[in-house]
Amino acid sequence: MKHFGGNVCSHILCNGSMSMSETEEATTFTPDLLDILNGVPHGIALLDQDLSIIMMNRFLEAITGYSGEEVRGIYCDHVLHSSFGRNAQVFREAFETGVASSAEGDILGLNRKKIPMRFTVTPVTDPREGRQALVLVLEDITAFQEIGRKKDMGPTKGLLGHSPKMQEIFELLPVLAHTDSSVLITGETGTGKDILAEAIHEASRRSKYPFIKVNCGALPESLLESELFGHMRGAFTGAHADKHGMFQLAQGGTIYLTEIGDLPLPLQVKLLTVLDDREFFPLGSQKKVRVDVRLITGTHRDLKQLVQESKFREDLFFRLNVLRVHLPSLRDRDGDVRLLIDHFLQMFAASFEKSIKRLSAQALRLLSSYHYPGNVRELRNIIEYGVNICRGEVIGIEHLPPYVLADTGKAVLPKSEGGQSNRLETGEKMAQEVVPESPGNASSWSAIEKKKILTALMQTGGSRTEAAKVLGWGRTTLWRKMKEYAL
Amino acid sequence: MKILVTLQNNDIAPRFDLATEVLIAKVVRGKTSGEPRTVLLPGPSSDELCSLIIREEVSLVICGGIEEAHFQYLVWKKIEVIDRVIGPAAEAIDLAIAKQLRLGAIVRPKIERSAAS
Repeated sequence: MKHFGGNVCSHILCNGSMSMSETEEATTFTPDLLDILNGVPHGIALLDQDLSIIMMNRFLEAITGYSGEEVRGIYCDHVLHSSFGRNAQVFREAFETGVASSAEGDILGLNRKKIPMRFTVTPVTDPREGRQALVLVLEDITAFQEIGRKKDMGPTKGLLGHSPKMQEIFELLPVLAHTDSSVLITGETGTGKDILAEAIHEASRRSKYPFIKVNCGALPESLLESELFGHMRGAFTGAHADKHGMFQLAQGGTIYLTEIGDLPLPLQVKLLTVLDDREFFPLGSQKKVRVDVRLITGTHRDLKQLVQESKFREDLFFRLNVLRVHLPSLRDRDGDVRLLIDHFLQMFAASFEKSIKRLSAQALRLLSSYHYPGNVRELRNIIEYGVNICRGEVIGIEHLPPYVLADTGKAVLPKSEGGQSNRLETGEKMAQEVVPESPGNASSWSAIEKKKILTALMQTGGSRTEAAKVLGWGRTTLWRKMKEYAL
Repeated sequence: MKILVTLQNNDIAPRFDLATEVLIAKVVRGKTSGEPRTVLLPGPSSDELCSLIIREEVSLVICGGIEEAHFQYLVWKKIEVIDRVIGPAAEAIDLAIAKQLRLGAIVRPKIERSAAS
């Protein structure tokens, strides 16, 4: 209990009441010093060799709720309530080495909230007596942690790319987030439309409100209407209770309607009304519901063409097409394949606790020349497959899904492993090295199947019934396949 | 009634969530009944400590810093909590029995004063 009531360093303390003539060493810590420390917007304490408080500035007093005078001589951790506890090794090391050091931790403040802090300790020595003290600076790093968190979770979460086309998207993102206008995101399947929509929401002022995603192609019309706009009890058979629609649940936030091209025409009218009036009638309700929701839509379809085919309302198209973003396919993103491969490899290796370090040069060449009809999602799945299958440290072509090899061709692999650098050339250049398989070569299942049908028909003299028997199919199956392959 | 104090050596532990030892004192008619009991916890954990407090049917908790969530939880469970107390546990218990212990008090071995925040 020597810290309590102890006065170990009281003779080097400074406070307003101490006169300059009292002791000579007092000049080391003059009242002016405290005034200076009070002007610093960080918590500062002066500790003696027992890590007891000698003095602390006003900022620290405000955080801890104790006055510097009343805690004089008390072990610092009792006052700071820091996460270092008894193991204030950083503090002791600073004393031992005489070198300033810092560490991150937290303290429990006056309001019982944990405050993340950076603790920096700097040893100081009294030049006259050689007595040592420690200057402890507490820097609130809540803001830094918040920035770090936002960087991880924030606007570009899940969106990776160095290609010029992706850079354009990244530059556009803050603009899209800043406004409340409707956004239409187009792009092939697997290009990241959903992620971009969420990123826009996260970067917008609505980020603290919900982000709700509804797939317009996933539900039949009647259910979709109830899902989007809600219903009242008894509105239809099975409506046992009132239900809020997604528009109401997204109140204040963003609703993302994916596959908007699949939205049935009657619902397109209702959606148009909501966009215009910001209010609607839930199913079976006579009371209008007012909503404040931002709309983002996404589709892989060509909405203009759907308009021409009268499958999509033109007025709704114009209403949705206020801000349009087109996500490029992976084929059009120069150099991004390698970046994404590295990213997914690290991610899955860590996730599955595997020691996989890289892809072999052959595998990289193969993946660079692949055309990725499923875009980033497909690449992600390929890497996930490889990480799962591979038992060593290097993913080779034998660890990649067979269809990638079948589609791209084995001819992509002429060079030896040893002669390869890990650097992957661009997809376009690599594609030149790929020798595509000749159309006559049955490289895909459809080609094999087509060939089998033709052979069977030739064997049976053109009799479909007999050919179907040879193939082991029903007649209708054969008919369907022949139609599919235009035979 | 029972008083529980989070312990570090003989002092009140600076933090509730980092405490690994507690002192439980039984108070009968304004006096501690028998020797206060020291309980070693398997590890620092606010949740475990809260469970112990409930299990032991403690009426008053004396501790150093405590997070708002756990403070409110204990209050909700009708347990009085005097937090941000600095000083030796034994003296703090005596002050609490005498109804003189306040939030943010600095208890000295020889009681000099009790300061409210």
